[in-house]
Amino acid sequence: MKVFRSHTGLVAPMDRANVDTDAIIPKQFLKSIKRSGFGQNLFDEWRYMDHGEPGVDNTRRPLNPNFVLNQARYLGATVLLARKNFGCGSSREHAPWALQQFGFKVIVAPSFADIFFNNCFKNGLLPIVLAEPEVNQLFDTLFATPGLKLHIDLARQVVEVPGAESYRFEVEEHRKQSLLNGWDEIGLSLLQADKIRAYEVARQIKEPWIFS
Amino acid sequence: MAQSLYDKLWDAHRVHDEADGTALIYIDRHLVHEVTSPQAFEGLEINGRKLWRINSIVATADHNVPTTSRKEGIADAISRLQVETLDANIKKFGVPVYFGMNDARQGIVHVIGPEQGATLPGMTVVCGDSHTSTHGAFAALAFGIGTSEVEHVMATQCLVAKKSKSLLIRVEGQVGCGVTAKDIVLAIIGKIGTAGGTGYAIEFAGSAVRALSMEGRMTVCNMAIEAGARAGMVAADEKTIAYLRGRPHAPQGTMFEQAAYYWRTLKSDDGAIFDRVVELDARIIEPQVTWGTSPEMVVSIDGNVPEPNKESDPVKREAMERALQYMGLNPGTPMAQIKIDKVFIGSCTNSRIEDLRAAAGVVKGRHIAANVKLAMVVPGSGLVKRQAESEGLDKIFLAAGFEWREPGCSMCLGMNDDRLSPGERCASTSNRNFEGRQGAGGRTHLLSPEMAAAAAIAGRFADVRQIL
Ligand code: SF4
Repeated sequence: MKVFRSHTGLVAPMDRANVDTDAIIPKQFLKSIKRSGFGQNLFDEWRYMDHGEPGVDNTRRPLNPNFVLNQARYLGATVLLARKNFGCGSSREHAPWALQQFGFKVIVAPSFADIFFNNCFKNGLLPIVLAEPEVNQLFDTLFATPGLKLHIDLARQVVEVPGAESYRFEVEEHRKQSLLNGWDEIGLSLLQADKIRAYEVARQIKEPWIFS
Repeated sequence: MAQSLYDKLWDAHRVHDEADGTALIYIDRHLVHEVTSPQAFEGLEINGRKLWRINSIVATADHNVPTTSRKEGIADAISRLQVETLDANIKKFGVPVYFGMNDARQGIVHVIGPEQGATLPGMTVVCGDSHTSTHGAFAALAFGIGTSEVEHVMATQCLVAKKSKSLLIRVEGQVGCGVTAKDIVLAIIGKIGTAGGTGYAIEFAGSAVRALSMEGRMTVCNMAIEAGARAGMVAADEKTIAYLRGRPHAPQGTMFEQAAYYWRTLKSDDGAIFDRVVELDARIIEPQVTWGTSPEMVVSIDGNVPEPNKESDPVKREAMERALQYMGLNPGTPMAQIKIDKVFIGSCTNSRIEDLRAAAGVVKGRHIAANVKLAMVVPGSGLVKRQAESEGLDKIFLAAGFEWREPGCSMCLGMNDDRLSPGERCASTSNRNFEGRQGAGGRTHLLSPEMAAAAAIAGRFADVRQIL
């Protein structure tokens, strides 16, 4: 797993609820058998004026000037401020891959869809849940402050507006430690190999049909 | 203490508890398809790891396969490579149960799992696919995972997970004629919203759910994810057991009876505590149609397209306005006046034999309307297709002007050639009406197979109860 400790970066707004993973990375890009190359097609249908397909040179495609991530003030953003139920829909891990390969390191929202939330951690992309009023406040601050940056410190579990307010967030301990230390989670589970085998033996007696 | 079904399933799969409340959970069945597995197989190889238990895997190619003739293979080179990569990985890792593109039993992963008896009560079932919740219809704990977790399960047969909160959705009473499992689940999502189940495992219960066939229960559990819940489940009963008897991967003979004895215990005890309970009256559920770009944007067929200016919450109002604009609809339009361009009967929500019988019952002796450019039926599996053909359903659909296709995901998400063109409006039995889901710029309305059939005949949304 990739390490995440702290980060300071420019914030961009994604001011709509229920942003789904089909919007984050449309299906035609899921045909790739690789883990990389998705950033250029992040939010493809919103970001470009034409229809995108894999293998096309994206630098030549017309950008949608109204799409928030194309606006000059948000260029180079690494923190995405979003609304509730971000990442709903399909389980595609291509969604966090695309966000991360585009340059995002942190997503702040009042809530995330479960599978997407999990997938983010696996890739060192930190999803942070803040209360809805706190997120509303951050949106207000963001719209009022060109160049707004946020500082995120995972060890202390805080999101800070430099020189102003700070917000504490919750994170499960194992996820936090995995990110701080860059643990190999599969390797960690394999440390329990004896327990897994013992479990299988016990289960085989009780429900032998599972193993046939 | 009285336990819920979810408590029982969770406890039965705990291998190891961590201090922070997470647990290592054992996975019994791992369903694999071509889209979310290549990077996981590659990760295993890079790290020199093996599959922990190859017998846990059931694999198929479903998302990229053509639904027209397969003699020529897959025309699109990138799609073809993805399917060939699965073929190669299955061979390389020695996975014994694989229904490749040309296997007679190939189909949508969530249709073939139960069909083969590979999904059994009491199991944990995972797949790199959010609609894995479908399998919860068999009193299994079934949920979708991402590719990193696919690799985790391949290597360890386990996942690190935290127990969800529990939500009981009780639907009591008898549904009216022409009202289906799809209408029940759309009504539920309309009520609790697309994030209503986030963080919960849902148990669907009540007399209306018990009255559903296994196919209907699968339809309901399939869309638990559309309510934000990773898992949806229904208690096991005699229908569950009857469905599984004799299926190829289910236990056989005395082993089956032994299993069934245990399966009958897979229900919530009286007095089990849930974190939240939602009740619905089945008698007032009417045939549903979505009007927007989220499954919660749903009304009954005799309703109208809602009016954003009546919504007080500004975030919701803006979402409604955006959805109406995308969908090309005016506030206040009666749903039954909206004309359609295409009809899609298929997907892991509604492509089982019962769905096809129901749709055929509506179209029999009728013909699709002149304004319908394409109406297609895509069976969920090769076996569903064969069964339907033996009952003559294909003839009914063909005579009515429908196309009769090969099994796969097809226009549910259009990774193959089946998609909507920009601006086209589709009556679809699938599960997601997100922007661009069925093709960039395409407009999806979710409904039941009966309602999709009625729309095909009328050329617009129509109340199937007036046709039956
Ligand atoms: S039919 Fe649709 S929802 Fe179901 S697995 Fe295929 S793409 Fe996903």
